[in-house]
Amino acid sequence: MANTSFWSYANPTKFMATTAWLLPVTGWLAGICLVVGLIWGFFFTPDDFRQGSTVKIIYLHVPSALMAINAWLMMLVASLIWLIRRHHVSALAAKAAAPVGITMTLIALATGAIWGQPMWGTWWEWEPRLTSFLILFLFYIGYVALWSAIEDGDTAADLTSVLCIVGSVFALLSRYAVNFWNQGLHQGATLSLDKDENIANVFYFPLLVCIAGFALLFVVLVLAGTRTEIRARRLSALLARERMA
Amino acid sequence: MPELGKYAAEVSLAYVISIALVLGIVALTVWRSRRVRRALEDVEERRRSNG
Amino acid sequence: MTALFLRDLILSVRAGGGFGLALAFFLIVTVLVPFGVGPESATLALIAPGILWLGALLACLLSLDRIFALDYDDGTLAVLATAPVPMEGIVVVKAAAHWITTGLPLVIAAPVFAILLSLPPAQFGWLILSLGLGTPALSMIGAFGAALTVGIKRGGLLLSLLVLPLYVPTLIFGAEVVTRAGSGENAGTALAFLAGITAGSLALLPFAAAAAIRVNLR
Repeated sequence: MANTSFWSYANPTKFMATTAWLLPVTGWLAGICLVVGLIWGFFFTPDDFRQGSTVKIIYLHVPSALMAINAWLMMLVASLIWLIRRHHVSALAAKAAAPVGITMTLIALATGAIWGQPMWGTWWEWEPRLTSFLILFLFYIGYVALWSAIEDGDTAADLTSVLCIVGSVFALLSRYAVNFWNQGLHQGATLSLDKDENIANVFYFPLLVCIAGFALLFVVLVLAGTRTEIRARRLSALLARERMA
Repeated sequence: MPELGKYAAEVSLAYVISIALVLGIVALTVWRSRRVRRALEDVEERRRSNG
Repeated sequence: MTALFLRDLILSVRAGGGFGLALAFFLIVTVLVPFGVGPESATLALIAPGILWLGALLACLLSLDRIFALDYDDGTLAVLATAPVPMEGIVVVKAAAHWITTGLPLVIAAPVFAILLSLPPAQFGWLILSLGLGTPALSMIGAFGAALTVGIKRGGLLLSLLVLPLYVPTLIFGAEVVTRAGSGENAGTALAFLAGITAGSLALLPFAAAAAIRVNLR
């Protein structure tokens, strides 16, 4: 075991070999958690006395919101690893994570807006958390757009990594700015499940399962996406060689 | 079906949209994976028969 | 570096250099807004800080791709990279030149446009202060975006897509300074945050931008 460190997975061949079996395992786990968690939450939990049946939306909103942020954090770490250690698998993993992050952000935005609708009377409110997710969505879009706009793989990896790092700082700044900006808004415009109080166990456990499900779903999709990116990179290298021959 | 009461439309909408998005990204991932894999196999096949 | 600074200034002031463009664009936006939202003074006064800041933002955006692209295309940037001046210095100089030709005229002309939008004169000072503190950040953040996209053909739209989200904190705090001053609240906090963002951008982004340019010059 002494020779196998985490970094050995930076080797594309070893990565492909390991994920070949890891992918279906994680996939099944993700599927089970999602199905169990959502069915449990949707069918077998009571309504909230204040929010009615809309509380059932937390089983979608909270996990997706968490993953939207975690996806970006993973991209940040992967970008740093690329810039420092030049592991291609890391750069490609960041690239693969972005579309998944976008999807999570969209789910968080949609469920957040729908959850708030009975409370606000409108389909959208510029409340701090939803607004921050909207800004995060824009950062994701920019990241993906930059990847697509650059032909050379290494250059794209470098530039998108720098963008991810700078973007992370500004995303954080935006969070504070939006809170500041929102101070004048009337009370009751914020989404919360009374985070300060304790969430009742009856909601908490299915929520945990759903969070696990979304997290595992993220892992599966990123592993699959990274495998695709590794193959795509090999593909374009071979095509380039064909063209020159 | 649980008694969703007056928020039935909202809750259903949330679930439908979320599940659709999840299925969407899964489908996209699978589709892209298959496409690249097939293209790579084609090229490697050509290399084997030429080289 | 002074030579580079002066050269960039002169280049942008010359015909086709886009010197008056930002100001003209600012004017157009300011004139168009009342046509879009109605001539009610009360409404205009309320949204004036935001509109003026948005105008400044968009006007800055216009000339961003010229910061590096022209020198990149004719090979000057590659030559500059070999100069004894560090790339970070080159970035700062170019961002400064951009600010002098874009941000500074906006700051000076802002009260005139504020009059058009019925902004109460009491807030003029705050407006100039917030724009004066904030527009350098816009130039520096913009320079970073320009450095990222310098190698991309017709990357202007992508540049906007990348830079506008980065502008959000500056926009929020900048506009809040003027709005809060108008409603009698304390504008100092917003001003402090605004200054902080500008200071941070000026201190740190040159390194990120220089790194991006070096990557693009490879």
